[in-house]
Amino acid sequence: MSARVGRVAALALLAAVHLAALGAGFLAPYAPTAQNRTLPYAPPAPLRFVDAEGVFHLRPFVYAVTEQGSVTGAYAEDRRRAYPVRFLVPGAPYRFAGLPGHVHLFGVDEPARIFLLGADGFGRDQLSRLLHGAQISLFAGLMATVLSLGVGWLLGTVSGFYGRGVDAVIMRSAELFLALPWLYLLFAVRAMLPLSIPPARAFLLLVLVIGLVDWARPARLVRGVVLTARERSYVLAARGFGASDLYLIRRHISPQTAGLLLTQAALLVPQYILAEVTLSFLGLGVSEPVPSWGNMLADLQHYHVLASYWWMWAPGLALVPVILAYYALSEALSTR
Amino acid sequence: MHGLLLLAGVSLLSFVLVELAPGDYFAEMRLDPRISEATVHALRARYGLDRPLPERYGRWLASLAKGELGYSFAYGQPVGPLLWPRLRNTLLLTVTATALAWLLAVPLGTWWATRRRGPADAALTGLTAMLLALPDLVLVLGLLLLAVRTGWFPTGGMVSLGHEQMPWGARVKDVAFHLVLPVAALVLGIVPALVRYVRASVADALGAPFVRAARAHGIPERRVLFRHALPAAANPLVSLFGLSLAGLLSMSLLVEVVMSWPGLGPLFLEAILARDFHLVLGPVLASTFLLLGGNLLADLLLAATDPRIRTEER
Repeated sequence: MSARVGRVAALALLAAVHLAALGAGFLAPYAPTAQNRTLPYAPPAPLRFVDAEGVFHLRPFVYAVTEQGSVTGAYAEDRRRAYPVRFLVPGAPYRFAGLPGHVHLFGVDEPARIFLLGADGFGRDQLSRLLHGAQISLFAGLMATVLSLGVGWLLGTVSGFYGRGVDAVIMRSAELFLALPWLYLLFAVRAMLPLSIPPARAFLLLVLVIGLVDWARPARLVRGVVLTARERSYVLAARGFGASDLYLIRRHISPQTAGLLLTQAALLVPQYILAEVTLSFLGLGVSEPVPSWGNMLADLQHYHVLASYWWMWAPGLALVPVILAYYALSEALSTR
Repeated sequence: MHGLLLLAGVSLLSFVLVELAPGDYFAEMRLDPRISEATVHALRARYGLDRPLPERYGRWLASLAKGELGYSFAYGQPVGPLLWPRLRNTLLLTVTATALAWLLAVPLGTWWATRRRGPADAALTGLTAMLLALPDLVLVLGLLLLAVRTGWFPTGGMVSLGHEQMPWGARVKDVAFHLVLPVAALVLGIVPALVRYVRASVADALGAPFVRAARAHGIPERRVLFRHALPAAANPLVSLFGLSLAGLLSMSLLVEVVMSWPGLGPLFLEAILARDFHLVLGPVLASTFLLLGGNLLADLLLAATDPRIRTEER
């Protein structure tokens, strides 16, 4: 019973997170690259209900903040004027599912800013960047998984089904790929590609690199399943009736690998998300100003940011529930 | 023998990959108006970059045999001497971490296996799940935060200022002090998975018929655990030892870069960013070598601990 609740909770969380990432343009109050140079490292603004005179407002509001003195990150609220939170406000243009839009879920009047998760060193809204960064980090993981499992499935099936020379060649090259520690291999492949490229291409490149580098593990697993499936009596019978190889693979062999692929997917997605985060963190992935969870965390390499501004940790903390949910899912799938 | 073949394959694969890369170290010089095209050509010719691929691979293999591993353009010296101290530092870090992790995981996992369904079981399940879900990067940054906030540990590097002037004993202590944080990161990163494996394989052994037979003979539980169950559980664990090295080396790369431990990791990243290709190949080969060495060690250990494998070979 509780296992089922956990599974549903994990699925619901993942669905919510991915939907939020898809709708980032609408949910985020600002464009991820909009800077406020006067507000570096502005702290998260609390939503208030009671104003300076002690009057309660049903509609939450925020105060505008200004930097105090010469110390970065010391801010004071201006309590003279409250800026109520408004819903469905027009703002920075974005594209959602290919359609242009400019209405945001919430926002406040200028000149105040609503930084629910604070701001980074350029005064960019952390929440907006977190949501837009999720688009890159989460979907890089998903797409790389599809790619890696696709290639792994194809090569594993061919290898297991045809055996002999093909099998030997594919499995020896799989060993070659597995002989390297995976992060080293990933970096080495990344090293051969150009370093400074536009974000959209960098994203595709990352997906390609992460997905293609790791084909060997799924290929081996799929091969194992195919090897046993190939010898099943109904497969032999179908072969006896003159079924073609393609038909056998499509009809009898690949359905057997579906469960394995699903379990593997739940395991691989979080790994690949982390791979993207690691590469972008080290400056080998998607680069500024486009946010990814990895390059947002890169700011923490400066000790003063690491120690002083806890909201800069947001992408790292957001990773934890996502990964937990994927692990819970893979556990639920493997004990089915 | 198989390992050597693999190493040769990896060297060829990575060489071709790296050599296929667009642009090289000298390509960026072209952008500099002070350097003429002829100079760049002369430099490329001097380092043999204008030769066909097979010849370059042959030359690189020859320099590999001499222990030079090619030539680093950025440092202006052979890669070998740059690599060895880095390899030693990575080895120091990973060997310490592996030893500690196993020293921690085996007793803990064994104890956990004897204690199924209880508060300890639930607590350990939750704790290991949390640690497994904690990204390596966040773990490393968290430990770094601890160091920055408390000042208990150095925030990076391997030695303090004035390390060279210290007496021998103080130098060892200095390095050990700098080791604490990166080792802690690595151990916390790999121990949860290890503990779970140890628990699973010990629990497997404890549920086996021969253990029930031993219990039925009235052999004390302690002796059943240590004399009967543990040796039977050792085989999968030793195989895991070889496998766990791959994850450890990968994580070590990240830890070294973030905590500026002067191992293979920072050198590797620096080489990639400078497009210094022979220097990229060095750490790749070195890490493969470490991994294969670890697997060889695991195989030897397996033969030592499992009599079935010893007799098979005869």
